[in-house]
Amino acid sequence: MTHAPTLAPGGARREMPLIPADSTANRALVVVIAIMTLLACLTAGAALQTERAAWSWRDQVSREVTILLKPTASDDADALARAVAAAATQAPGVEFAHALSLEETGRILEPWLGRGVDVLKLPLPRLVVVRMQAERTPDLAALTRVVHAVAPQAGIDDHTLWLSRLATIAGIVVFLAGAIFVLMLVAMATAIGFATRGAVAANRDIIEVLHFVGASDHFVALQFQSHFLALGLRGAAIGGGAALACFVVTSLLFAWWSHSPQGVGVSVLLGGFSVGLFDVFLLVVISVGVAALTGYISRWIVHRYLFELL
Amino acid sequence: MLTFQDVGLRYDLGPEIFSDLNFTIAPQSFQFLTGPSGAGKTTLLRMMMLSLRPTRGEIRIFGEDASSLSKDAITGVRRRIGVVFQDFRLLEHLTTFENVALPLRVMGQSEAKYRGEVLELLGWVGLGDRVDALPALLSGGEKQRAAIARALIVRPELLLADEPTGNVDPTMARRLLRLFVELHRSGTAVVIATHDLGLMDQFDFARRLVVGERKITVYEPEDE
Repeated sequence: MTHAPTLAPGGARREMPLIPADSTANRALVVVIAIMTLLACLTAGAALQTERAAWSWRDQVSREVTILLKPTASDDADALARAVAAAATQAPGVEFAHALSLEETGRILEPWLGRGVDVLKLPLPRLVVVRMQAERTPDLAALTRVVHAVAPQAGIDDHTLWLSRLATIAGIVVFLAGAIFVLMLVAMATAIGFATRGAVAANRDIIEVLHFVGASDHFVALQFQSHFLALGLRGAAIGGGAALACFVVTSLLFAWWSHSPQGVGVSVLLGGFSVGLFDVFLLVVISVGVAALTGYISRWIVHRYLFELL
Repeated sequence: MLTFQDVGLRYDLGPEIFSDLNFTIAPQSFQFLTGPSGAGKTTLLRMMMLSLRPTRGEIRIFGEDASSLSKDAITGVRRRIGVVFQDFRLLEHLTTFENVALPLRVMGQSEAKYRGEVLELLGWVGLGDRVDALPALLSGGEKQRAAIARALIVRPELLLADEPTGNVDPTMARRLLRLFVELHRSGTAVVIATHDLGLMDQFDFARRLVVGERKITVYEPEDE
């Protein structure tokens, strides 16, 4: 068959996707993916922030040791506390040691006892706060020996129990955040699965024609994968962008609020809230992961469907 | 090329629609598949294009037992078969050009490579000025010609056409059939399902496979 072409060949046009876009279903799926991506990013961000705060507490507290002195009636409590502080300063790895006066101890207890209580009349133990050097591993055994040489009745609290509870709480929070993250991914995968099955059912005639003109299962699955990957990228970009906006706004509000009297306390408790490069990287990884998951799930479902066809 | 041996077909536990079909489509042959409406011409074509498995018997195509073909092998077989559907089966969101080029596109060819060839064929079937039209804007005859062009674009070894001239005027019908004859002369085996006796009478060299009462009867040209 040789016939003169009626139209001169022109430049190549952009190829139309073989799976037509159903704008209503597409919009719904993009919205679902965007919301799920936003929630996944917020969950991951909350877990990260909790972990950071826990590390900050651990770092601060693990460098502090408190020595409790219960002076007997015959002891000069102030002199004993000063002697213990002076001895502790000589122990290896100690940055400084400070004997708290009764007034300072009273201020620590103020939130529980209230103002106006004469702490001098209370049988309070004397406290010596010891700060260990950050660059060295604390040698508590050496510190204990030195302190007990001066005051055998002194108790030494390195906050191990508190740290262990803190680590447990932080671990539970991070685990819960991880579980919520996984549940959201499962919910999103289910939504994508339903959308893909719907798209496959709606385009069954097209799949049949593609098979008859010689398309392999791989080719057909690739068409659906491309279609859903594009939707996934759009939804993930919207959700990831919204999450980034949330984090930036929250960090700005936190920075502004942390200067207020109420904010200072929260700031001390939670540490700072800021968005760094790692956070942005994490959001990008989650968003790209969501889009890739969308493409992969749709491809897998189409393959399963095609396997059942002749 | 294509052999049916003791082929039977039934749906679920119903009665057999076909029983003991025995016939062969030889390479470079030309035949009409005919019979009354509802006799099963389209069903038989579906078995020929491997979209319907027989419940018994053996179909051999291009030397292979169809029942033992893997999915990839079936894809390979289908690339050697051109199909014209009675209801055209054009993809509604693609232009005429894109529909006709579909078999080449699914084979991974680039548009730059096939563009000239597709335009040439479209011109020959009289759709040179409808290249960018969507199927919704085409008449029944134009859709028919686009469907035929799609089946011919890969120069198949076997062409299966279901009522390919049912929606065109007699002049275009003759022209399209001449295209089928030309394709047959260039080496393609052609099977045309039709109940148009007048059309068949114009091609006295063609075999006739007559479907009726669950059987198929083959009439060779010299039998008539």
